[in-house]
Amino acid sequence: MLKILKYSFYDLMRSRWSYVYFFFYLALGFVLLFLNNDLSKAIITLMNIIVVLTPLIGTVFGVMYYYNSKEFTQLLLAQPLKRSTIFFGQFVGLGASLSLSLVAGLGIPFVLYGVFRSGVIWDFLSLLSIGAFLTFIFVALAYIIALTNENKIKGFGYAILLWLFMAIIYDGLFLIFLVVFEDYPLDKFALIATLFNPIDLSRIFIILKLDISALLGYTGAVFNKYFGTGLGMLISNGVMLVWIILPVATILRLAKRKDF
Amino acid sequence: MIRIAELYKKFGKVEVLKGLNLTIKDGGISAILGPNGSGKTTLIKSILGMVIPDGGEIEVNEKSVFRNFSYRNEINYLPQIANFPGNLTVNEIIRMIRDLRPGVTTEKDLIEKFGLAPFLQQKLANLSGGTRQKVNLVLTFMFDSELIILDEPTSGLDPVAMVHLRELIAAEKSKGKTILICSHIMSFVQEVADEIVFLLDGKIYFQGTVEQVQNKTGKLDLESAIAEILSIKHA
Repeated sequence: MLKILKYSFYDLMRSRWSYVYFFFYLALGFVLLFLNNDLSKAIITLMNIIVVLTPLIGTVFGVMYYYNSKEFTQLLLAQPLKRSTIFFGQFVGLGASLSLSLVAGLGIPFVLYGVFRSGVIWDFLSLLSIGAFLTFIFVALAYIIALTNENKIKGFGYAILLWLFMAIIYDGLFLIFLVVFEDYPLDKFALIATLFNPIDLSRIFIILKLDISALLGYTGAVFNKYFGTGLGMLISNGVMLVWIILPVATILRLAKRKDF
Repeated sequence: MIRIAELYKKFGKVEVLKGLNLTIKDGGISAILGPNGSGKTTLIKSILGMVIPDGGEIEVNEKSVFRNFSYRNEINYLPQIANFPGNLTVNEIIRMIRDLRPGVTTEKDLIEKFGLAPFLQQKLANLSGGTRQKVNLVLTFMFDSELIILDEPTSGLDPVAMVHLRELIAAEKSKGKTILICSHIMSFVQEVADEIVFLLDGKIYFQGTVEQVQNKTGKLDLESAIAEILSIKHA
């Protein structure tokens, strides 16, 4: 499996897009620090960008990589390798290279600015790890879409729809629901609904971590009461893991049955 | 030895293989023939585990190929269309396959034989179809396996490369290997094959030696013989 991972990773590292993605974060990091001139403020701005952008890049790269590496996959399938090895290796290679672009791209400007000597180093690290989590989750979801759609255009369409739904439409529906049923106690519903969307979960998680939950008003208090506790943290981390494990299990199941 | 029993495969609504039974004995060259869409590639890909059949059994050397991957170490497979990752160079792909698969390789002789040395540093996407097929042949023949499966090995090759391919196949045969060839070039098949397997409508329509085909149809050259079989079938 490590060999497949290595080849997928190298393949991606040599492609232009990894550099574009890396330089984008590098530029973003420098610009944010230059404009804000303050680490915590830059981190808050970054959070808003990361929770939307990493899923988008993860889905787009996920479907693109699958369709582009089809020939490579077919070549591997004729070799004495397990199918699960091939697909798991590709998934980890892709997720790791995208996460590396993110971590290195943002890490360099923040380290130069002195994040290690500041009190927000843990906030920064949790931001990066959430970005990596979201990358892996959405790469996995994109792989599922690509595996079930032979038609590239359809695959791309569904992938973009998935991102749009998770990043924007879900929140809209959530909000409509809250407004329509405002006469009822909704804190439990809000908590559970958050768990079903990794983007929302990450956002809430970071907001609480950055101690700006006052911005969220009453909901913030509810979330703080829940996520602020050790159990809440454990559950939300666990749910993020489930968001990776379930799609990966689905990928392996789909790959086992697919004809190439 | 390859043993296939009651093999079924459907793609959507199209039934490609309909209860196919076939046994290929060890040693010698068998050619799989059949009109377009008769299921030749599906059959080959099923043996390789790239296509998952809906029903039936496939055994390679008395071991089922389902839920198994190590048997592929005993198979050299030449895919029909030489589709390679375009951003790799010839050298890199050879090294990569060598890395992924255990065993001794003889790519140096093959590179020399097919005159690929000037192309080693070039990207696969920039190669012509024929050159890519030569790379394909190098990747297939560089391992020493008992079973060799060739899907349209002649496509795009120039006459010189064809001569080398014939030599290669003859050399492997003399080592006692089992070789399966899919081809539409009847003159090539007639020249190299010991046994003809004729696929029609997802089943084996005929299996026997070239002479048997000739005797059965009364035609001397294989192309007319096959055409004769088809016209009888569809008459």
